[in-house]
Amino acid sequence: MGNIGPIIVLALIAAGLVWLLLRALKGQEVDRRVIFAFILVSVAAPLLMPVTFKAKPTPIVRALFDAIDELPEGSRVLLSFDFDPPMSPEVQPMADVITRHVLAKKHQAICMTLWATGQAQFNITMNDVIKTDFPNLVEGVDWVNMGYKAGNEGVLNVIRTDFKKMFPTDANSIPFDSIPILRGVRSCGDFDLIISLGGGRPGLKEWVLFVGDPTGVPIGAGVAAVVAPQLYPYYPRQLVGLLGGVKGASEYESHFRDNYEQYRDMPTPAMVMMGPQTVAHIVIMAFIVIGNVLFFLARRKEGQS
Amino acid sequence: MKRTSLIVFAVVCLIFVLSWVLKAGTIDGDNAIQDAFLVTLASFLTLAIMSFMYKDNAYYKFAEHLFVGVSAAYWMCVGFWSTIVGNLVPRLSEGLSEAFGVPYLGGELDFGFLTLPYPLLYFIPIILGAFLLFRLVPKVGWLSRWPLAFIVGTFAGLNLVRYLRSDFMSQISSTFVPLLVDWHGFGHFFANFSLAADGQFVAMFSNLVIFLGVVCGLIYFFFSKEHTGLFGKASRVGIWILMITFGASFGYTVMGRISLLVGRLTFLFKDWLGIIS
Amino acid sequence: MRREIPLIITISVGFLAILSFFSPPFEPLGEDFTLFFDIIAVFAFFLGGGNLMRVHIDKLIKRKKDWGFSIVTLVGFLVMLVAGLGKIGAESITSDITREGLFSTLYYNVHLPLGSTMYALLAFFVASASYRAFRAKNREATVLLIAAFIILLGSTPIGQMLTNWMPEGMSILEIPNLAVWIMSSPNLAGQRAIMIGIGLGVVSMSLRLILGIERTYLGKDSG
Repeated sequence: MGNIGPIIVLALIAAGLVWLLLRALKGQEVDRRVIFAFILVSVAAPLLMPVTFKAKPTPIVRALFDAIDELPEGSRVLLSFDFDPPMSPEVQPMADVITRHVLAKKHQAICMTLWATGQAQFNITMNDVIKTDFPNLVEGVDWVNMGYKAGNEGVLNVIRTDFKKMFPTDANSIPFDSIPILRGVRSCGDFDLIISLGGGRPGLKEWVLFVGDPTGVPIGAGVAAVVAPQLYPYYPRQLVGLLGGVKGASEYESHFRDNYEQYRDMPTPAMVMMGPQTVAHIVIMAFIVIGNVLFFLARRKEGQS
Repeated sequence: MKRTSLIVFAVVCLIFVLSWVLKAGTIDGDNAIQDAFLVTLASFLTLAIMSFMYKDNAYYKFAEHLFVGVSAAYWMCVGFWSTIVGNLVPRLSEGLSEAFGVPYLGGELDFGFLTLPYPLLYFIPIILGAFLLFRLVPKVGWLSRWPLAFIVGTFAGLNLVRYLRSDFMSQISSTFVPLLVDWHGFGHFFANFSLAADGQFVAMFSNLVIFLGVVCGLIYFFFSKEHTGLFGKASRVGIWILMITFGASFGYTVMGRISLLVGRLTFLFKDWLGIIS
Repeated sequence: MRREIPLIITISVGFLAILSFFSPPFEPLGEDFTLFFDIIAVFAFFLGGGNLMRVHIDKLIKRKKDWGFSIVTLVGFLVMLVAGLGKIGAESITSDITREGLFSTLYYNVHLPLGSTMYALLAFFVASASYRAFRAKNREATVLLIAAFIILLGSTPIGQMLTNWMPEGMSILEIPNLAVWIMSSPNLAGQRAIMIGIGLGVVSMSLRLILGIERTYLGKDSG
């Protein structure tokens, strides 16, 4: 009985698509707003009737999970929040689940950002994950936010050899030497793993070019779907693992929940997003098919005339 | 027309106030009214941008112009506090460092034959930065070429080595992968032949596709030789590989764009309307 | 003076950046020069803000089309600027402005929703483009279309549901596995070919800049 809502919605969308196909067969065009309405409904309806699917991690996602999981307790992990609000629906869930994983494994999380907006995006992870799930962890001892520095690859070029020179204080102006978690950190070579969370420039590419390759520190990433295909050439030699878009994030969430019993009830925003994704993908594929029917009919007409 | 616009504006204002009041009733705590206002404001700004899907209108233009202003100031402020106060001031002056609450670093740069104290050295970026701002003054705008030259030179110097190493040499070396994976002879290969995703045949075929795909893709981009004969056929394979690449990129782009819409609708349904948990 | 000094700056800074990578004694100097670059980058933000003010004030004074909206831009800009530089509502001068105060409030309730929604509109346009422009006009376009379909299906649970009846020995033909294979084989090959091409382009352009051959960035009278 609980499935009746989604079934009705799917039936309505299917009926709408059939109507669109019939119009196409008659050679009639549709207003762009009709197309927009289809997308709106196909995204909104599954959100109102959420269905979550269990996602099996693909090798590239699993590789990042294993890279964090197999590090010895207390390892230093650098998390770079290189994203902005437009990317946040995709990247924030990755940032949250990866930070949760890093802290659950009792690693030290050193956070920074190459995007000015990343400093504010980090605060979301801090409030939703660090302060909620790990209230006993102390800022400066178990985790720290070094904040933003301008200069894109210029920042990476300096921290590759001298971290303190670029970050003499953390985001709250606490001197580098007074932060216990940074004791022993001289350069990026002192980190056990670096994870770039982003999808623009500067982002993963710059981390690989300016830090990963010259220092040999393993680099992992969670990126927006738009750039994910461009980063595959770095895997596996220059990149330990990659989460691409909300699909990668949902696989990671699912795998993390399966492996960490205590977080079984954690929020899984990416898994919830896969419902609307599924319906929207089907609708877009239907659009392509209908558009092509229209195209072939027009071509046949042209051929006949 | 003007009257219609006014009526629409009045209705929007009314709905805003109504939404604010209703939202305030659902929030607990001392800041309920303020929090409700902020959520309603964020929701109306979201809807103002979305109204563009119907047609270009004044509400969209308002939101768009607001975004441009707020965004530019955001980057300026964060840039100022993080890099000017965080990196320049501590190397420039003890008094300023104290005033801004950052530790004074002092220091010097030793060339061997010459030692330059940081407070002197770090006037260079201030001067170049000021020159950059001269771009706004037409008479002395040419001075902005100096910092521009500095930026271009740094970019060129930094990128030259890194791209050559990571995006050229490493990529070529990663392309030369073994074509016979886990090879124990033909007997073993045919006895265990399967199309399993993690099987030997798929691994070998994948490596072959990677090797040939890169070579043929590069041949397609090589325009100094006419694409005829064997070279032309290889170039053709290159086009096919690139088409699959673009298809994959399209698929991922769709996924990314849909995610952004899901994000905004989630905000409206959850934070504003409170109809999903 | 107008051309020679910028050229000398580009050449010397470019060489220094290369030298500091290969020669450790030059590393500190390279770091400091990169820090200069980072500081100048902030001045570029100031330049952006200044230019924005100039354009909109000009629009306002000359009463150009939609000049009223320029007031919105200017007010938004100035309010955010004062809130950020003045750390209004923050506990102390050392507080992180993105964590507390008016600046943070404006970010989360104005900047964030506006920025996110602006890009969310692309979902509608990508759907419209799929309907109107994504045609199987020839064999190449058909290959692109098929690859896109496999990726679209493979990245949702539907792909799994449609083909999970496949025997283990043919699991590569399951749509999700096929999608993974496309990403990690042909897509990787195509992207790598593009990457190598771009890499060579960046290297040659950098060399041209450092050697002073490329001067277009100096403007029209660069000679």
